[in-house]
Amino acid sequence: MSAIGVDDIEGLLGVAQYEEVGEFPVEQGYVWTTCSSVENGNPLFWDAEVAEEITGGPIAPPTMVSVWFRPHHWAPNRTTPGLPLQVHFDLKEGLGLPEAVMSDNTIVFHEPVRPGDVLRTSQILRSVSDEKTTKLGTGRFWVIDVEYHNQRGDLVAVESYTGFGYRRAGTEEAS
Amino acid sequence: MTTPTLLQGQVTVGDTLPDLAYPVTATTVVLGALAARDWRPMHHDKDFAVHRNGTRDIFLNTPNLASWFERYITDWTGPFGRLQRVTFRMKGSIFPGDTMVFRGTVTDTGVDDTGCGWAALEITVSVDGDTKTSCTARVALPVTDDDNPWARRGDRWVP
Repeated sequence: MSAIGVDDIEGLLGVAQYEEVGEFPVEQGYVWTTCSSVENGNPLFWDAEVAEEITGGPIAPPTMVSVWFRPHHWAPNRTTPGLPLQVHFDLKEGLGLPEAVMSDNTIVFHEPVRPGDVLRTSQILRSVSDEKTTKLGTGRFWVIDVEYHNQRGDLVAVESYTGFGYRRAGTEEAS
Repeated sequence: MTTPTLLQGQVTVGDTLPDLAYPVTATTVVLGALAARDWRPMHHDKDFAVHRNGTRDIFLNTPNLASWFERYITDWTGPFGRLQRVTFRMKGSIFPGDTMVFRGTVTDTGVDDTGCGWAALEITVSVDGDTKTSCTARVALPVTDDDNPWARRGDRWVP
């Protein structure tokens, strides 16, 4: 974890940071729990014959991709886990912008995720805007991609987050 | 043998997806948070949500809402529908006691250079007519009865 200041931005654009491997393999039980939570009866996730026929075996719902990276609530001997989207927090700290919001989130799906897969992820800073003033305050917009790959190196998904870090009107820049 | 229930050629701009109305309970919220491995207290602890977050109750978490959108889309496409991309824009929270209503419209459709059929969708989830989250999505659809978007890999999959 290291703050990203204005002078650091150019050198970090397009660079993969915080490469991380999921704490556990993709598992069928969580697939069923998730489908159950939203009453998703898609036979791809419940009928092994349909999954074999259409997707060559069981897969996980594509929108679950970030689920495989949320750490256990507790684990033995663990120090403080990294924050999800650490680059976002590095930018807030380095640019002296104490508040932030996420305006939107896009996920693009590639190779299907399958039970047993061990996914790895990395965060890539794509852009940081000049200072802008919105109704929230003055700050900068940034775009961070999170790329997910499986154990064979196949790209499975890319998430893009657009964030806006800002200072509320009337507050001083953090030193 | 399973055959597609919806082909790209059957879809027209302006088509609407069937509405989905769902009464949200505390169980909906907690089950969704745990399914998404989201342990943050505002999704299971009403005291925390009210006194620390200033909301009126616990509320649905975003990753689980993504699962709701996926379910809504594939209820329409059937199992041959393969999501290509989704974009979410969050505007408000959904609480126990709310009835959330999903509505979707086809905004575009076509076949890409690799021969993959697709439909673009605009979807909202609202409570009492107030949009809480909007979503745009693109989903691949078979172009013929023997086409299968899930069989596409590498250069033949351009999401």
